[in-house]
Amino acid sequence: MQFTFNEEQDQLRATAQKFLADKSPTTEVRRIMATRQGYDAAVWTQLSGELGFTATHIPEAYGGLGLSYAELGIVFEEMGRSLLCAPFFATALAATAVMNVATESEKSELLPDIATGNRIATFAVFETAGKWDSDSIRLSAKNNQLNGIKRYVLDGHIADLLIVVARTNNGNETDSIGFFLVDGNAPGLTRRVVNTIDATRKLSELEFVDVTARRLGGDDDQAARLADTLDLAAIGLANEMVGGAQRLVDETVKYAVERIQFGRAIGSFQAIKHKCADMLLDVEMAKSAAYYAAAAAESHDPELPALASLAKASASEAYMRIAAECIQIHGGIGFTWDNDTHLWFKRAKSSEVFFGDPSYHKEQLITRWQH
Amino acid sequence: MDPVNAKKLRQELRTWLESNWDPNASLIQWRTKLTESGWGMPTWPTQWFGKDLPQALNPIVEEEFARINAVTVARTGIRLLAAATILEHGNDDQKSRYLPRILTGEDTWCQLFSEPGSGSDLAGAITRADFDGNHWIVNGQKVWTTSAHHADHGLLLARTNWDAPKHDGLSYFVIDMHQPGVSVHPLKQMNGHASFNQVFFTDAVVAPENQVDRIGNGWKVAMTTLMHERRSADALRTVHRDHDLTGRIYDEERDETATVMEPYKWYPQRAGRADLVFERASEMGKMDDAIVRQAIAELMIKVRTAEWTARRARAAQQQGRPQGPEGSLGKLAASHVARQASKVHTMISGSDSMLEGEDGPLAGLIAEILVSVPATSIAGGTDEIQRNIIAERVLGMPKEPRMDTGPFRDVMKNPGPAA
Repeated sequence: MQFTFNEEQDQLRATAQKFLADKSPTTEVRRIMATRQGYDAAVWTQLSGELGFTATHIPEAYGGLGLSYAELGIVFEEMGRSLLCAPFFATALAATAVMNVATESEKSELLPDIATGNRIATFAVFETAGKWDSDSIRLSAKNNQLNGIKRYVLDGHIADLLIVVARTNNGNETDSIGFFLVDGNAPGLTRRVVNTIDATRKLSELEFVDVTARRLGGDDDQAARLADTLDLAAIGLANEMVGGAQRLVDETVKYAVERIQFGRAIGSFQAIKHKCADMLLDVEMAKSAAYYAAAAAESHDPELPALASLAKASASEAYMRIAAECIQIHGGIGFTWDNDTHLWFKRAKSSEVFFGDPSYHKEQLITRWQH
Repeated sequence: MDPVNAKKLRQELRTWLESNWDPNASLIQWRTKLTESGWGMPTWPTQWFGKDLPQALNPIVEEEFARINAVTVARTGIRLLAAATILEHGNDDQKSRYLPRILTGEDTWCQLFSEPGSGSDLAGAITRADFDGNHWIVNGQKVWTTSAHHADHGLLLARTNWDAPKHDGLSYFVIDMHQPGVSVHPLKQMNGHASFNQVFFTDAVVAPENQVDRIGNGWKVAMTTLMHERRSADALRTVHRDHDLTGRIYDEERDETATVMEPYKWYPQRAGRADLVFERASEMGKMDDAIVRQAIAELMIKVRTAEWTARRARAAQQQGRPQGPEGSLGKLAASHVARQASKVHTMISGSDSMLEGEDGPLAGLIAEILVSVPATSIAGGTDEIQRNIIAERVLGMPKEPRMDTGPFRDVMKNPGPAA
């Protein structure tokens, strides 16, 4: 296992950082989060078509860059840092889902358009609050007709392609899990943007009434593929979260050094310094887990499911603690709308529970280690 | 690394070892030979028992010694801290008198820095050394001194000027521990062990030639010692030798190691023994308890992330990259691990957490964990000091306004011997 980034990876990070600092300052985040669409089409074209971020982990055979989850993790981390408003996480995750289940010909058909960013995609899996595993999936697929509800679908309102997880029952005795491809404009599909605390990340509720879908990757039960995909989603999200958490640590320290009370910088008080040191500890520990898990995803580490849960639980708790402390150290100004801290606080809150909350992942961690 | 040099070095050392290494020699005979040859501390100057070898080539030497299980110079305890300090700050006379007997292991050393009144604030030492015209006369008390009861020499930080500012009034001495003015008493800890000593000085004598560096420069010299302490903190407790090796020299080395390691036997327990948690939880039927499972998961997250963070720091160092913040966080992370482990062991053991010795779980081992963990967040710099260091040195935050400037005589102190 490699514990540092190499020069190419550092370069990728620098490229992403420069681009995002330019394209996603908080003024832009605030402008875009107020729109229904939730992203800037010109920026999307640049980050996908020109910089190839959407192609990062897609194999070269399907028009991608063929890089690893470690590189994808770097891109996620930088996007988390800058709070980029774009359907990047959704599209990258949909690509992962396709890579995990689809046949060669399906991959050749679907992945090139995702790699270029020409088609925005998303992964629709969850239905019930507080349930993040395949047992909770009720949306039914019979004879390639989908009926049911999907909730918490990232950028579901704008996706051209939906990868939908359904419970299949083709007259067999037992149900199984299947991945289906659905066109974003398919008849019978109703998409509703839901109100979210975190306006930088749009979620939709999708209602399927006799929606025609295409099964991906054959008819076998894909529950294990779903578990793999969710592990990779958790790892990706953990990497995005540590980027946001680091940004908050940076912002907090900057403010604590500038802000004067009682004739001195508040950052000279141990009460503040010690909080900042703990925040740094939190973010670095969470980074170690996120980086390790991303590297493990590439090496097909048999421990991967446990590592995914570890990384997600660690990042969720670290990000949320840091976000709360960042507001606390800012004091009154930190509770205002005009101060930017709440943008990250809200992302931390939504990320905390997205793809499994910390208690869920801690339980998973123990279960997975026991096996 | 120049491959030609590396190859030549390896060959030269192999030849030397082949004609000199003898597992049936006495430990002191062998180490004397080793010290004189320069192969004992090859990165030291040629003039002082070394070979001026670049640090980067040192691993080759280590490999060659390990290949044939050759015994190295004495490295355990605080010997090498003493050696490094004397090498950097001592005069020629001190180097030739002390260094060889440190490397052969003939002399044992102890470090006399901490005092009852100055723990975190080491520079607030009030043990005094006064010059009577012929000798330095030492009075005061030191504490937390490992090995003082069998040490030959002590590294002493003492105040020689009470009118200078705090850090400028300290001086550094080598004190002979075998004299009537030095009295050593074991210090019993809350876990029942006595791994350290209290050392009392009553008109103890230091000859002027045992003053290290100049008077008033003691703080700087002490920092050298502490820097080496941090570097060797892990190496200190990692002397491993296969049990099946036979030869007089191995027997003598094992005895030496056992003596040095004795004070550290409870250290694994103070770190929390997270390694026991799964087995204990199964034994006690607690693996079905959702709350215990959550607590174990929290512990394992801390354990693994601390380990990976340390490896990130090491990897960066090995590649010669600038060290990131991850290098400063290990101590704080270790405290979190230890506390969580202690909490989990308590949850698992339930009422048995009240019992120790033969009556306690794992013949008292769990009890030893529960009463040793508080040391982790104190020893070697409290968590609060670590947080200050992280905030000030890593995050660049401002220092607190100081209350201890001006003549040390006027600085507020704990009750103790008057200036």
